[in-house]
Amino acid sequence: MDWITTIGQLINTTLVFSTALIFAAMGGIFSERSGVVNIGIEGLMTFGAFAAGVATYFAEQAGMGAASPWIGMLAALVMGILASLIHAVASITFKADQVISGVVINFLATGSTLYMVKLIFDGAGETTLLKESFSKWAIPWLSEIPIIGFGLFTNYPTTYVAIILVFVSYFVLFKTTFGLRLRSVGEHPSAADTVGIKVVRMRYIGVLISGALAALGGATITLTTTSMFSHNTISGQGFIAIAAMIFGKWNPLGAFGAAVFFGLSQAVGNYFQLFEWSKSIPQEFIYMLPYVLTIIVLVAAVGRSSAPSALGEAYDPSKR
Amino acid sequence: MNKFFKIFSFNSLVVPLVAILFGLIVGAIIMLIGGYNPLLAYSSLFSTVFGNLYDFGEAIREITPLIMTGLAVAFAFRTGLFNIGAEGQYIIGMTAASVVGIKVTGLPIVVHAVVAIIAGGVAGGLWAGITGYLKAKRGVNEVIISIMLNWTALYFSNYIVRNFLLIKGQQRSEDIQDTASISIGWLSTMFSDARMHWGTLIAVLAAVFFYIFMWKSKQGYELRAVGHNGDAAKYAGMNVKKNIIKAMFISGVFAGLGGAFQVLGVFHNQALFTGSPGVGFDGIAVALIGMNHPFGILLSAILFGTLTYGSAGMSFGADVPPEIIRIVIGSIIFFIAAQGIVRWVLKPFYLKRKKEKVL
Repeated sequence: MDWITTIGQLINTTLVFSTALIFAAMGGIFSERSGVVNIGIEGLMTFGAFAAGVATYFAEQAGMGAASPWIGMLAALVMGILASLIHAVASITFKADQVISGVVINFLATGSTLYMVKLIFDGAGETTLLKESFSKWAIPWLSEIPIIGFGLFTNYPTTYVAIILVFVSYFVLFKTTFGLRLRSVGEHPSAADTVGIKVVRMRYIGVLISGALAALGGATITLTTTSMFSHNTISGQGFIAIAAMIFGKWNPLGAFGAAVFFGLSQAVGNYFQLFEWSKSIPQEFIYMLPYVLTIIVLVAAVGRSSAPSALGEAYDPSKR
Repeated sequence: MNKFFKIFSFNSLVVPLVAILFGLIVGAIIMLIGGYNPLLAYSSLFSTVFGNLYDFGEAIREITPLIMTGLAVAFAFRTGLFNIGAEGQYIIGMTAASVVGIKVTGLPIVVHAVVAIIAGGVAGGLWAGITGYLKAKRGVNEVIISIMLNWTALYFSNYIVRNFLLIKGQQRSEDIQDTASISIGWLSTMFSDARMHWGTLIAVLAAVFFYIFMWKSKQGYELRAVGHNGDAAKYAGMNVKKNIIKAMFISGVFAGLGGAFQVLGVFHNQALFTGSPGVGFDGIAVALIGMNHPFGILLSAILFGTLTYGSAGMSFGADVPPEIIRIVIGSIIFFIAAQGIVRWVLKPFYLKRKKEKVL
């Protein structure tokens, strides 16, 4: 294996692992920038992964062919919005503690998705293996660039969508009126209310976008790497995405960098195992690598993180 | 009248009780939609737990670690910290107890068990202390560090078990020395061989300790002050950083003890983890249902453990997927968190009473 192919493959795997994290981290940003903590990202990803698996399965059965995984993505989007509505109603309308409400989402997700899978697939704890999941697209011309061509431009369509999403999110948050309003609601809701911004509505929108994006992130895992949904399709990625969001200081570009960093450390871990010399390192240390690296980087470089100032507080107009 | 509402809104059992009822109703509705019989399901749940002594004892076994992780999460909550890392501290507690229980030999019978329990508690405390230290000294968000440490703990434990404790060719460690066991033989015999152990008693004592320490001691007062308003506490001359580390350490001790009990009292060995055991995450739910109060946590752990253990019986008795119980628990937390909904539903009852009084 020559080093050029190695680098190409490493970049490629990094992006595969990062995709779901990017989606989910962007979701987290929209919610938290509006002032609503979303610890339920993990659960929303589970809902998305489930909806994608089931919808794609039925689309296959209905003979939709290659369009099936896209139907799955659409189903995940709808499912994510519905599930995050629970979080929004509890934490915005009824002023429940936002962390608790997020924990509720995680509970409902693991419970209800498995319950429904067992209902649909006659008691089996997982969907059947999907025939029509996404396959990698090579972008003409660009994929022929040496070294990076294979790595960057021969990837799943969902990965390209994820990368575009980063820039769209950045643009929406920092260059549009909507983004300014969303952020103002998260920084100083009573001031925003005074100038006529609908605080409750903006927060609802933030949470629902968050649900949609996190669910899409979960769906990308079902539709690319695992090709099925089972109880451990989503195991901790949501929490890693939250870490990426905090790591990236609630900025889409920063969170993108963090998500890619997590993807890279996971990919590096996988690559080590291919080499003979890695046998002398206990495999557990390789698995630990991404998490330990994150802690080190956080402690050494980032330090105090700067959350939106009204994060976690329910808005009460009577206290203005 | 105001006083009347106050009692009914926060400091009473009404909201949690109504929330539990609503949670069970939501579960029943979902079972009906799925074509199951909810009454049969719930009755087989309760007949599983209370039907015979063995299952009753095993339900108590299920409840014990939930008390400990619940206390861990609640202790941190009370001091203004979110300890999502109880999972990792629980795992580390298990592993430390395993190492001491298996590798240390020649200690007398009670001493060995005590040493192993302390090892588990201290290890859990130190693991949480890492989070506390980094939060206090470097200002890093405790949630993200805890999440990373949960996974690190999982793999680190597997490393220890695989390399130092494993039985050749099997996926689990050797058994602990008999001297380190905290099982209660005569009680297990009484409960037709359910795995009863001293950890349950210690868990109840831990809840009492939590209460006394947090509300009756100067140290507890400082911890709560720091959690309530760090700046004010600092102005009053308290060492905020030291208190954060201390709070995390004590929180971690609770979770670590929970892990130690599982090894020393229940399994008597440690299997390689294929995934996170989840007891620490469940502790978050237990703490929330118990309103972050130690005695509330005893009750909510009993509820949580009963429902979880009984859910296995639901699938035997009524053919319902046991996952329904996580929906029920999630709904209970939802209704407790969004108390507005509960009060909104209860409102007509309040008004009725008011009218009666006027008449």
